[in-house]
Amino acid sequence: MSKFLPKLTITTALVATLAMPAFAEKLGLGRAALPEEIAAWNHDISPNGEGLPVGSGSVEDGEMIFSENCAVCHGEFAEGVDNWPKLAGGDGTLADKDPLKTIGSYWPYLSTVYDYVRRSMPFGAAQTMSDDDVYAITAYLLYSNYLVDDDFVLSNENFLEVEMPNAGGFIVDDRPETEYTIFTEENACYENCKDTVEITRRATVLDVTPEEEGTETVTEAAVVVEEAVEEPVDTPAVEEAAQEPVEAPAEEAPVVAAMSVDPELAAQGEKVFKKCAACHQVGEGAKNRTGPVLNGVIGATIAHVGDFKYSKDFTAAHDEGFIWTIENLTEYLHKPKAMFPKTKMSFAGLKKDEEIAAVIEYLKSASQ
Amino acid sequence: MSDTQNGQNRGASRRAFLRGAAATGVGLAASKAAAEGSDPLITEKQEWAIYTGAGVDETPYGLPIKYEGDVIRRNVPWLTADPISSINFTPIHALDGTITPQGCAFERHHSGAIELKKEDYRLMINGLVDQPLVFTYEDLERFPRVNRTFFLECAANTGMEWAGAQLNGAQFTHGMIHNMEYTGVTLRTLLEEAGLGAAGDLSDKWVYVEGADASSNGRSIPMEKALDDCMIAFKANGEALRMEHGYPVRLVVPGWEGNMWVKWLRRIEVTAQAIESREETSKYTDTLADGTSRKWTWVMDAKSVVTSPSPQSPIKHGKGPLVITGLAWSGRGAITGVDVSIDGGKTWQKARLANEGQSMALTRFYLDTTWNGEEMLLQSRAHDETGYVQPTKAQLREVRGENSVYHNNCIQTWHVKANGEAENVEVSS
Repeated sequence: MSKFLPKLTITTALVATLAMPAFAEKLGLGRAALPEEIAAWNHDISPNGEGLPVGSGSVEDGEMIFSENCAVCHGEFAEGVDNWPKLAGGDGTLADKDPLKTIGSYWPYLSTVYDYVRRSMPFGAAQTMSDDDVYAITAYLLYSNYLVDDDFVLSNENFLEVEMPNAGGFIVDDRPETEYTIFTEENACYENCKDTVEITRRATVLDVTPEEEGTETVTEAAVVVEEAVEEPVDTPAVEEAAQEPVEAPAEEAPVVAAMSVDPELAAQGEKVFKKCAACHQVGEGAKNRTGPVLNGVIGATIAHVGDFKYSKDFTAAHDEGFIWTIENLTEYLHKPKAMFPKTKMSFAGLKKDEEIAAVIEYLKSASQ
Repeated sequence: MSDTQNGQNRGASRRAFLRGAAATGVGLAASKAAAEGSDPLITEKQEWAIYTGAGVDETPYGLPIKYEGDVIRRNVPWLTADPISSINFTPIHALDGTITPQGCAFERHHSGAIELKKEDYRLMINGLVDQPLVFTYEDLERFPRVNRTFFLECAANTGMEWAGAQLNGAQFTHGMIHNMEYTGVTLRTLLEEAGLGAAGDLSDKWVYVEGADASSNGRSIPMEKALDDCMIAFKANGEALRMEHGYPVRLVVPGWEGNMWVKWLRRIEVTAQAIESREETSKYTDTLADGTSRKWTWVMDAKSVVTSPSPQSPIKHGKGPLVITGLAWSGRGAITGVDVSIDGGKTWQKARLANEGQSMALTRFYLDTTWNGEEMLLQSRAHDETGYVQPTKAQLREVRGENSVYHNNCIQTWHVKANGEAENVEVSS
């Protein structure tokens, strides 16, 4: 008898059947999602504010948090570093030849900013910020786009009061009316479709196609791709510079050379290094990315990569002759900001001592 | 004296020969001359005909033979800030047929490709459903399964060409596409398992889907599409998905832009509205001449490209019989025909479809022709079952202006020169 006990779901499914064709019978697979499980994953936020957590954050706090966590890619004023996304500016450029699409100039909903920052940022340490910190960053991004004053505090209470400049700038796909009626069989030509044909543009003039072995220089014209892929390059100069070999200060060389490596521990460290690889490269052919190349870091004077722009803390320590040892690197990796509060590295730190030992071993091995 | 060495040398010298032949336009003459004398590859005993080859277990999972080592995905490093949030391109210039091997099918990651074990995989359905559910990978394999072949095209495919001919190769201009046979469960099956009674009237409801990786890519799909043909796929081309394509489970959204095909799918939420996530507002939207932008431009319109000859696949054999081939596809149904022009669009002739067009899957076309050795301005034009015909770039710009970069399905032109080399060009309309 009990197996025929109607579940609540069956009644509602029957109602739906009327609206929808042939609902299949349930197989009873899976299990109920628990409320705390849904709460842990269900973080999306709708334009009407549905899903916003209770909390608040100020422009003032946001500026500091942004500087510590975001500015390394997006710039202190959200203006974008290298080819990372620009988050501010571009007001009134959408009808221009190369529009600058930022949060201020393009994004229609503020909910998208909060939603994206909370779920996907910072790059390499996603989903690690508190809800209040995300409010503060969102407030700062509004401020950097001149949309609020510097004493503004954003909260779930006043969230919907903020007006985004391009909120009315979108229409739903209108290709059925504007294109599908024109690009038709009836309008297709087969014979004598035009009198003459001239070549009006050639790809080889630009010379931006990669060679099989590496990158070609980019001409200015290549920037026309602007938004085709997310983060287009404005100028290749930075990348090129980063490819040049790093000149290590003379005093560090012997230390590295003398280090022995435990291959098993280094192999474990290689896995741990994945947490670092969003920003750092190490080994042959490594280049600066968001973070500096790490070849030869152990035994080197801090901030030893000549063409990388380090934080003030790092350059000051460099001037004082601070040298990276296994001991102080262990401390740093445990909680980077405790040692150098202004470090650009947004990584929160490795909790386990074994992970730190392994990753240091990997850095040693990969530097050799 | 190993046959490996012998093979490598032969491969290298043969390629060098072909390059030389293409450059001087004497390919045909040279190969004829070789045939007049006796061919040592025939008259002399070759090592591979004497000594034994590799044993069965030498490669437990095989890769293409080393002579095909240049048929690989390639990226355009200057396009993006970092390879972890970037894209590469399928070598369509070197493939034939329609199925894309997983190992060279293009990748697009927003926070890198993750290694997610089946044992650690969970899929949640929540929102406006009768019973929010959690499935393991094993659960998914117990639902009735379907097998369907679809193309996946990134909305940015050919986007770099919008402002003008830029990248010299079909791989780079059209390689953000692949076509695989997927095995999985329909999204409808899972939604019905959770029950849609709680959603009430389904006509204005949405399904929000989200990935498990650090990018947490999330997209909103109208309920009508979700119930129509979307799939939760765990196999592609008969084997497990590759890490870079979302192992162990990805979403398949037939005919619609690739960004919606969420990889490492972890959550499906029935909602009353579109979430308007970053990827459906600030990205993948199309700005028109007056500054307003189209959103929800999900479907990928009919499109085609000649894959050979093309810049990376020049004519090496001189004049005479020539196979012109390419791919055509439409997100709105089956390809019904492809036209080819060799004079930059003055006249068009019908190409032969290798097989009848399949809805929302790649179709291979051939034009078996005789090349007179003269320059060609080679184009292809796709027709789909809705009566739509692929437009020129000028026609698209007429409607969209010059800032609409995504969803560029314009006709592509290759300038094939007398020496057989080809270049990406734009021609007058």
